[in-house]
Amino acid sequence: MEQTSADITASDDIRPPVASIGVIGWVRANLFDGWFNSLLTLATLYALWVVVPPIVRWVIIDAVWNTTGAECRDAAGACWSIIATNFRFILFGFYPYDQQWRPLVAMLLLFGLLYYSQDRKHWTKMLGYGWVAGLVAMGLLMRGGLLGLSSVETTKWGGLPLTLLLSVFGLTAAYPLGVILALGRQSRLPIIKWLCVVYIELIRGVPLISLLFMGSIIFPLFLPEGITINKILRAQVAIILFTAAYIAEVVRGGLQGMSRGQYEAAESLGLNYYLTMRLIILPQALKIVIPPTVSILISAFKDTSLVVIIALWDLLKTSQAVLSNPEWMGFSREAYIFIAILYFLGCFSMSNYSRRLERELDRDRP
Amino acid sequence: MKKWKLSLVMIAVVLLFVAGPALAGTLDEVKARGYIKAGVNGGVFGFSMPDDKGVWKGLDVDTARAIAAAVFGDADKVQFTALTAVQRLPALQSKEIDVLCRNTTATLTRETTNGLNFTQVNYYDGQGFLVPKKLGVKSAKELGGATVCVLPGTTTELNAADFFRANGLQWKPVVIEQTAELNKAFFAGRCDCLTSDVSQLAAQRSVSPRPQDYIILPEVISKEPLAPVVRHGDDQWYDIVKWAVFALIEAEELGISSQNVDKMKNSTNPQVQRFLGTSPGMGKALGLNEAWAYNIIKQVGNYGEIFERNVGVNTPLGLERGLNDLWTRGGLMYAHPIR
Amino acid sequence: MGNAAAQKVPFWLDPKKRGIVFQIGTVCMVGLLAYYLISNVLINLEKQSIATGWGFLTKESSFEVGESLISYSSADTYARALLVGALNTLKVSFIGIVITVILGTVVGIARLSTNWLVSRLAKGYIEVMQDIPVLLQLFFWYAVFYETFPSPRQALNPITGVFLCNRGVAFAVPAAHPAHAYMLAALVVGLVLAFFLRRWAKKRQDRTGQSFPVFRVSAGMVVGFPLLAWLAFGAPTAMDVPKLVGFNFTGGLTLSPEFFALLMGLVLYTGAFVAEVVRAGIQSVSRGQQEAAMSIGLRPSQVLNLVILPQALRVIIPPLTSQMLNLTKNSSLAVAIGFPDFVSVANTTINQTGQSIEGVALIMAVYLFFSLSTSAFMNWYNKRVKLVER
Repeated sequence: MEQTSADITASDDIRPPVASIGVIGWVRANLFDGWFNSLLTLATLYALWVVVPPIVRWVIIDAVWNTTGAECRDAAGACWSIIATNFRFILFGFYPYDQQWRPLVAMLLLFGLLYYSQDRKHWTKMLGYGWVAGLVAMGLLMRGGLLGLSSVETTKWGGLPLTLLLSVFGLTAAYPLGVILALGRQSRLPIIKWLCVVYIELIRGVPLISLLFMGSIIFPLFLPEGITINKILRAQVAIILFTAAYIAEVVRGGLQGMSRGQYEAAESLGLNYYLTMRLIILPQALKIVIPPTVSILISAFKDTSLVVIIALWDLLKTSQAVLSNPEWMGFSREAYIFIAILYFLGCFSMSNYSRRLERELDRDRP
Repeated sequence: MKKWKLSLVMIAVVLLFVAGPALAGTLDEVKARGYIKAGVNGGVFGFSMPDDKGVWKGLDVDTARAIAAAVFGDADKVQFTALTAVQRLPALQSKEIDVLCRNTTATLTRETTNGLNFTQVNYYDGQGFLVPKKLGVKSAKELGGATVCVLPGTTTELNAADFFRANGLQWKPVVIEQTAELNKAFFAGRCDCLTSDVSQLAAQRSVSPRPQDYIILPEVISKEPLAPVVRHGDDQWYDIVKWAVFALIEAEELGISSQNVDKMKNSTNPQVQRFLGTSPGMGKALGLNEAWAYNIIKQVGNYGEIFERNVGVNTPLGLERGLNDLWTRGGLMYAHPIR
Repeated sequence: MGNAAAQKVPFWLDPKKRGIVFQIGTVCMVGLLAYYLISNVLINLEKQSIATGWGFLTKESSFEVGESLISYSSADTYARALLVGALNTLKVSFIGIVITVILGTVVGIARLSTNWLVSRLAKGYIEVMQDIPVLLQLFFWYAVFYETFPSPRQALNPITGVFLCNRGVAFAVPAAHPAHAYMLAALVVGLVLAFFLRRWAKKRQDRTGQSFPVFRVSAGMVVGFPLLAWLAFGAPTAMDVPKLVGFNFTGGLTLSPEFFALLMGLVLYTGAFVAEVVRAGIQSVSRGQQEAAMSIGLRPSQVLNLVILPQALRVIIPPLTSQMLNLTKNSSLAVAIGFPDFVSVANTTINQTGQSIEGVALIMAVYLFFSLSTSAFMNWYNKRVKLVER
């Protein structure tokens, strides 16, 4: 008996059929199982064969990278020169040419902070202070007027720093407001609840553009004579008010996910409303809603592109300004693709991060 | 705790942006601030457009710089804000800007129901049509059935509607609010014709990829006096803006230019002396430095210089002086006496 | 004693009274803020002598609107111009939603395909489209349209009766014929009959257990009745083919580049989100459900119709509703590329009248109305779908 079994293992070290392992096996299992899938694969491959080579030719092979606009017109492929020649204006707008290192440093600071904050182990009080210090330093770098930096008016801020500014401050300010609105909507006090519901539903029912119009055209009328608020800040306020309503709905989801027992336990400890929320409910509820909050951040980031409609010089507007230059007229595709790539990188890294975080939080849950 | 700190930061940020409460008149506000806030179009080459270093250039831009030179003795003390057509009037009404130099046509309703004051015209214009040569169109009357690119919310849009209606012609407007986007669409062939003020058409044509392929049709269908605009109810500021424009025109008439202005200071002509402040009085009357006009001419030039530099025959726009010539040469530029 | 203790509690420690005080305080603050803002507005309007009120609605608009579903000219009133804009918004939203749902469903199913290539492609599409701002996509498609296609005189003519140029896409459509009205009537009759047939078949099945081929019969009626009407009128086949007259195509049906770019951008962008919604919905139905349904002998179509879809739809509908609303709201970006939607017309109105408060209030009111009525309808539908769950 033992003999036989040993025999089998030794001599019949049978390998599985070639067709079910390795590359071929994978291809069979994933691309050609059954006639329908085979047909689908072939059709898709054919479509790719038709579409991809011309695109690759246009994007890379026939493209020109560092020429004048006139030379571009003779090229068969994409004219990336429009980016190469104008990228400083596209990225920084009207910011004084010789001072453009300042927004660059500010942006690097922001990226550094964001990168460092990715790891949840780093989420300490110190990081909070770090962010506050970082934001102040960024503001100082952009605005100047201190420490020997020449002052740069906000009307000259543009391009990527403006886009980032609008989204980062938009979210940091909208977050607490959104939490308050969510708490208000869950409140047992009817008037508070009613006010919050009306606000949230009203804002969520209208497009952002109408709020931006309101900020850019009507808002000045709401202020008393003689007080004016900067155009950028008005757009910022519109974005904050808009985002807050969406955050409120996300946070409400988290609050509703809390079991009744948590409230009762807090009450039985004699905690008042404020302490119950601050120590028991919010820490748990906000943790649940981190992933959807990141998706709100992503859409807020994308939504900042709308300020182009009220003539703020964000990334999209600066590239359009370049496109209206006669030398570069007609190369919209290249410019828009470049901007799209920037947005894509930003959003994609955020959504990847959100997915990772979601997995981590899932693991943490008992 | 954290929220508390966050709100502190937010308040600090808000303070970074909010302008302080205003003083009495616009001039005092401007002086306290240290610069003028001017609204411009931002998309019209030759009138107001940033160059590739982000420096503003153009006839409207130079008008605003002349005002700054008059007030501060420094033409660079202007902050330009690009405004869309729909934003321009509210921006002025809400004091976001001090003066609007954005090829805005003076009309009765704007001056009355919108609460604005138009100062001295810095460009006399009229509305026309720009078409590609290859369409073979010789007159605007042949534009029946055409697709027309036009800026929404302008007098241009209304004039075009009136024109086609009066002539019983069918047309299809394409309206895009951003000037640059609209022109891009026209030159890419989205429309058969672009309608706007003739000067703007020339400007847009000059910066198109192939200017020689386009013609401006002979019809001028409207009067468009373009003037810097200020708010109702601040006469001193109105006077300053108006007389800054007059100074540009008067200097040309007196033969004072940025080249010879220093020499002219020694002139014995009493008109020139009053103008340049060597015999004082005019500046004080406006509430400005006596060298106000000197500073304008020295730093910005006279109207003729500005015109030739930005839109004249030797620029890509190639505009004739026409209506914008001095009255002595048959144009409409006629400065009131500075005395 | 308890009574005495209760009386001793000062009012600021009684949650109920405190709540009332707190609410009164909030109301006062909100009221004061509103009063402050409104009084500022009134003072400012007065000072700057800006006109107010809704009187402008009945005045002559004097501006043209590029495309319109109803007859309109510059001699009509502002109210009519705004109506034209609102109808254009509805048009693009409705068509956009229909195409988006189809596209999203296809991509969502493709994403779950066992075919590696197809599912990867679907994933790539979803990732890319979700991460690019919709406004940028609109600009991109608009620019592609007018920078790539030739002028009308050199229009591309890929299929007979279809012309592609930088003025849009012109199609041939059947020439107007009295038969069309009857065909439409026949279609309506077919739909109504199909509806009653379904109810009858369901009742009969509940009573007797016999099933009836409802789908095939209704499809036959819905397609067949109009076809019969068409044949009865001698099968008119005349087509209204677009012709180049003067500057542009006349006749047929022309879709403008603005409309096309708007539709394209909205559909591709929202489609990616809908695909994710559909995927999540299908994945939410556990495999056991399908296996159980098959084991009791249901046909594959019945498994899908009776088991999978009712459960998946419950998960799909709420997020799908919000995507539809997003599409409707995003259609307001039309103003950036010059499609005359409601925001665009209202924007022009603000500009011509100087009455910005009324204009923005109108924009908000109209979108609120669209949003609330869509969510009301979808809630109603959601409730109906929910009834399936016993």
